[in-house]
Amino acid sequence: MSLDPSFVGRTYPPTAPYQVGREKIREFATAIGATDPAHHDPEAARALGHPDVVAPPTFPVVVTMAASRQIIEDPALGVDYSRVVHGDQRFAYTRPVVAGDELVCVNTIEEITSRGGHGFLTTRTDVSTSAGEPVVAVWSKIVVRGEA
Amino acid sequence: MELPTQTFRVTRADLVRYAGASGDFNPIHWSDRFATKVGLPGVIAHGMFTMALVGRAVTTWAGAPDAVVDFGVRFTRPVAVPDDDQGTEIEVSAVVKEVTEDGLTRLDVTATCQGEKVLSQARATVRMPR
Repeated sequence: MSLDPSFVGRTYPPTAPYQVGREKIREFATAIGATDPAHHDPEAARALGHPDVVAPPTFPVVVTMAASRQIIEDPALGVDYSRVVHGDQRFAYTRPVVAGDELVCVNTIEEITSRGGHGFLTTRTDVSTSAGEPVVAVWSKIVVRGEA
Repeated sequence: MELPTQTFRVTRADLVRYAGASGDFNPIHWSDRFATKVGLPGVIAHGMFTMALVGRAVTTWAGAPDAVVDFGVRFTRPVAVPDDDQGTEIEVSAVVKEVTEDGLTRLDVTATCQGEKVLSQARATVRMPR
């Protein structure tokens, strides 16, 4: 399906703050089998210099996937979510996410292309604390499959 | 330099647990009926679950849970997960491409399932603990 390339460069308003909870980090770490004590035990995390338990590297997707609904559900862009598959994913960290963070996402549409009847949409989500400290930049490319 | 291969077993129960923890409830990750209707062989793993397992491999190689500075992948092939106790396996290997002057190590990562690559352009930059 073709997506309107005039959306490239569009930045959406900051999302409501997401409270990173210690139990959510533990739950996520457990779900992926990450047993390092720094994901579970605040003392172990403090020994590494962090204020509380440390999230595994892909944890920010919990926050950014919810935030990206701003784009996916933008009626003006018109993404058919039932035809979406995940193309690429990248995280560039200023620092790891830790329990106690209050995170705000700013979504920007970086690229829209189409090839072979499929639409490709690349978004960048700048994740920072509500105090404005940058934490991680997250890129996600989705493929909106064309009708076969 | 090649790093030791790490193997991760993936079962349907893992996908259900990941769906709950991540909030990604797309039915292609838990319903064969839905997955086959949209042209998949059956239930497939969340791409982000595969990436999370690769993240575990990377932090294990680095020797620190907070070592990852940059991490990116392209999802090229779905990981089909059969509805049995064995599930499937993902094998993750990597080579060290570069160690920079400011102490960063760049890895090129390979992830395979049933002998087929499931990711491309999988790269991680880690800061090794001192």
